[in-house]
Amino acid sequence: MVWFKKDLFTRREDKTIRVPHGLWVKCEHCNEIIYKKEVERNLDVCPKCDYHFRISARRRIDIVFDEGTFSEFDSRLESVDVLDFKDVKRYKDRLKAARSENVSSEAVITGQGMIAGQRAMAAVFEFSFMGGSMGSVVGEKITRLLEKGKKERCPVIVFTSSGGARMQEGIFSLLQMAKTSAAIALLKEESIPYITVLTDPTTGGVTASFAMLGDVIIAEPRALIGFAGPRVIQETIRQKLPEGFQRAEYLMEHGLIDMIVDRKMIKSTLSRLLTLLRQ
Amino acid sequence: MTFKHSRDFEKPIEDIERRIEELRHYSSTGSPVRREDIEKLERKAKKLISDIYSSLTPWQITLVARHPQRPYTLDYISHVFDDFIELHGDRVFRDDPAIVGGLAKLDGRPVVIIGQQKGRNTKERCLRNYGMPHPEGYRKALRLMELAGRFKRPLITLIDTPGAAPDIEAEERGQSEAIARNLLFMSQLKAPIVSAVIGEGGSGGALALGLGDRVMMFEYSTYSVISPEGCAAILWKDGTKADVAAKTLKMTAPDLLRLRVIDKIIKEPLGGAHRDPHAAARNLKAAINEALSEISDVPADMLVQARYSRYRKFGVFKEP
Ligand SMILES: [Zn+2]
Repeated sequence: MVWFKKDLFTRREDKTIRVPHGLWVKCEHCNEIIYKKEVERNLDVCPKCDYHFRISARRRIDIVFDEGTFSEFDSRLESVDVLDFKDVKRYKDRLKAARSENVSSEAVITGQGMIAGQRAMAAVFEFSFMGGSMGSVVGEKITRLLEKGKKERCPVIVFTSSGGARMQEGIFSLLQMAKTSAAIALLKEESIPYITVLTDPTTGGVTASFAMLGDVIIAEPRALIGFAGPRVIQETIRQKLPEGFQRAEYLMEHGLIDMIVDRKMIKSTLSRLLTLLRQ
Repeated sequence: MTFKHSRDFEKPIEDIERRIEELRHYSSTGSPVRREDIEKLERKAKKLISDIYSSLTPWQITLVARHPQRPYTLDYISHVFDDFIELHGDRVFRDDPAIVGGLAKLDGRPVVIIGQQKGRNTKERCLRNYGMPHPEGYRKALRLMELAGRFKRPLITLIDTPGAAPDIEAEERGQSEAIARNLLFMSQLKAPIVSAVIGEGGSGGALALGLGDRVMMFEYSTYSVISPEGCAAILWKDGTKADVAAKTLKMTAPDLLRLRVIDKIIKEPLGGAHRDPHAAARNLKAAINEALSEISDVPADMLVQARYSRYRKFGVFKEP
């Protein structure tokens, strides 16, 4: 489920080249050097080629929710090194490093707010926190969100960006797939809208649970979405992967998602969907 | 029986087993072999197996779980159940031989069985895709789960897979969606579910059949979020560290019982299920019957609720 985390990280390192402290950024898709302010004004989408940069959870919340309406849930939940896991580094130290490098305290932020005047609950992944990997805290926060959505009859939206399960929590990370999927059944029973927005990248255990269970599944343009990672697949089949494989457009063509929505249109699209699905 | 693909730690056992067989052969051809000599060797073999198998490392257990002579789903189906009728196909795309399932009787009680199926020889392994299902396999399983719910039949799942197939076809037909849908459906299924890991419990591809009311593991089976090799390659950046990864991941039956993720360890015959598949099947049958006796009279709604609570509580975190 997490086999290809490695390629996601290497991709990140060699492709998302941001000129440090500079005024300019280089688009990893068209290689243009663009004025940073211009990219930011364009919601972190390349003004030349429409490439969607990866963005932080906070940034996404600002883009989607009405100003000042988002309030966070369960922000104090903390991961625990339950297996006393040590590879070349201790899990404890990886967590410490991730916390010090990030504004977010975990790989997902949950909460509620207003989208063009309509209330919605949301979980937003933070890819820069350990590759958005799902451990007990991510699973618990999402499950609590879904349960709250059911209790308060409030639509739930999940914005995914994750390399999959968090290996350092072993079987517990795997079981978060079961836990979250079971909680989605609660919303479905009550006809409460559940919408997922898959952003680059969404893979492994996150894709194979709540990401693909939306009543409506949206993806950002060109987002990598899959179960196994491209490198693992390449190593398994020993042949070249087709052009555009596992990109949002490929999933769209294969009937696996409902639509591809530009970042600029995501707020208005969600707002329309919420209206159309409201009970 | 000889074990061609056996693992290093089994070498001394195999040597003795070979000698015993040779002596037996001589004796059957009329050569003068003393009965005591055979018996002595047999005692020695037993002691050796018991010594070796009582101190297997997690990595060695992984190798036993993948033993090419280990009983697979269809072996257990034929030894544990009666009147098995295999059902095929997902009604959409094709029949996936990496998952088998159907209707059968367990001591007279009609049940639905589903399990991943590995192949025994090269041709079969290819046909069964090494027990790695495609989306249509999970969708066939879903169909059979629906059948279990509709006809109020207990669902028995046998888990034995390195993982769901990681290839182009699996991706283009929605591997993720197929697995996710099974998790969602199993969580709501109005029938008792008993799951047993019989060999490898590999990641989401295993869990997609494993969301049971009772979950058991054979003594030398494994259940993990990732294979030790995969984990070693990613975290240690060194695939040869699989033995360390196997230990670190806590993927053996005793580990998972200690973590309260499974309910029961099913004992294996001395030296592993592959040394005595019949004994392993008897133990599996007893364990399934015991689990069913605990849950088969529980009303469906309560069962679903209890199942929700079971999975709801998995996870360890701090909340200051
Ligand atoms: Zn560009």
